[in-house]
Amino acid sequence: MALTGLFLCLFLAGHLAGNLQLIFSDASAFNKYALFMTTNPAVKILSYLTYISILFHAVDGFMLTYQNAKARPIGYAKNNPSKNSSFSSRNMAVLGTLILVFIVTHMVNFWAKMHFDEKMPLQTITVEQMGQKMEYYVTTDHGKYYPADPAQLGQMGLEIRNKTEFYNKEVNVKMGEGYKDLHKITVAFFKDPKFGLIATIAYVVAMLVLAFHLLHGFQSAFQSLGLNNPKYTPLIKGFGKAFAIVVPLLFAAIPVYIHFFLK
Amino acid sequence: MSAAKNINITLKIWRQKNAKAKGQIETYKLDNVSTASSFLEMLDQLNEQLINEKKEPVAFDHDCREGICGMCSLYINGRAHGPDTGTTTCQLHMRKFNDGDTIYIEPWRSKAFPVVKDLVVDRSAFDRIQQAGGFVSVNTSGRTIDANAIPVPKHDADRAFEAAACIGCGACVATCKNGSAMLFVGAKVSQYALLPQGKVEATQRVLNMVRQMDEEGFGNCTNTGACEVECPKGISLENIARMNREYLKASLK
Repeated sequence: MALTGLFLCLFLAGHLAGNLQLIFSDASAFNKYALFMTTNPAVKILSYLTYISILFHAVDGFMLTYQNAKARPIGYAKNNPSKNSSFSSRNMAVLGTLILVFIVTHMVNFWAKMHFDEKMPLQTITVEQMGQKMEYYVTTDHGKYYPADPAQLGQMGLEIRNKTEFYNKEVNVKMGEGYKDLHKITVAFFKDPKFGLIATIAYVVAMLVLAFHLLHGFQSAFQSLGLNNPKYTPLIKGFGKAFAIVVPLLFAAIPVYIHFFLK
Repeated sequence: MSAAKNINITLKIWRQKNAKAKGQIETYKLDNVSTASSFLEMLDQLNEQLINEKKEPVAFDHDCREGICGMCSLYINGRAHGPDTGTTTCQLHMRKFNDGDTIYIEPWRSKAFPVVKDLVVDRSAFDRIQQAGGFVSVNTSGRTIDANAIPVPKHDADRAFEAAACIGCGACVATCKNGSAMLFVGAKVSQYALLPQGKVEATQRVLNMVRQMDEEGFGNCTNTGACEVECPKGISLENIARMNREYLKASLK
């Protein structure tokens, strides 16, 4: 529980650093980052470790909750637990379950689209040529652009294969690779006229739940590992509190920024 | 301190004939309770009233009535040993309550502490954990070396003494939302782990005591910290962390 929890805290920090590009960087940089995150072998290993950690953390959590419920078959008629323990510490299972639901929804919204969606758009740029606006696909080769208009692309003897690869039909040679436009998908998701506001609110609420989960979880992991010491424990608790507030707050800022401020 | 006065209270007490019977909460009115009396004296007063009414008195555990034996228990108004911290039920006084108050009194609730009768629970699970490793093996042939002959750093001696202050009352289990006994076992493991005399059997001790703890049906610690707050002897959570370290160390051997 503690080890997977702490690993997932590291994941959160990394995921946040990457996602903050949605606020502080442009579509190009974000899509480049998204491509790196889905293809780099080292990242792949880390991502599998993350999936396993989430599963183990959840299964272990459910098992603990089940065993602990069995340890008190008859409850108290009157109980006053708020006098001796925090809300977070008593509701880790509920908070965790909500986070698990969020993770699944979040992965359906973005991860699944990035990996499996046949209609995943490729990143384009608009260039003004002779008073006419033209759209071009951006490729991983700097400076190489292909027209986004299918007719024009066909005229050049090119077609798109494997979702992102530009092939010369005649000689069967890969001419370049486009970027999946995860940035566009994300912005469209939170700016959707119908569901954008609901999605933004839901994401902020999910981050609030995460904050409460971390408020207990971070320092609890150290205690479980036996790392309790009068010198360091106050530092761990302080850092844990800051982590539990800052990380979810910054995560929540991303959909809020996209929905309300991004033009 | 204000002068003692008499108050009238309503008691809601768990009554259960025996271990197999299905219990329920029963309501009693008790008048003229002196605020100078202890909580257990108040129960004595209730029992006199019940005996006069030819009713079965309420069974509850008590012995020394000065907070050192660990015999008294009681979950009072939703808290182990009542509203005070750092005290046992026998150290609780009626001046903590007001005229007209309703007071809930329930037994410790834990699968490992089955109710024997009314408010009395069987805490022999703690004894079995203690027997599994909560001791040092010493030759008592008559030529026993004085314990003080072995130098112990003051810091360690103090920590060991603090852990040894555990009276095994079970408030930690009662108050823990998971019914976990980790504070008790942590204190017992720490008490020996910190002293040179305890080092010899350290590996087996922690493994055996934790195994026995799990077998008794106690829950798992999720670090809510409720036990530390309610413990009448102020046993620190550091003891649970120390037990976790000892357990990890012993498991790797």
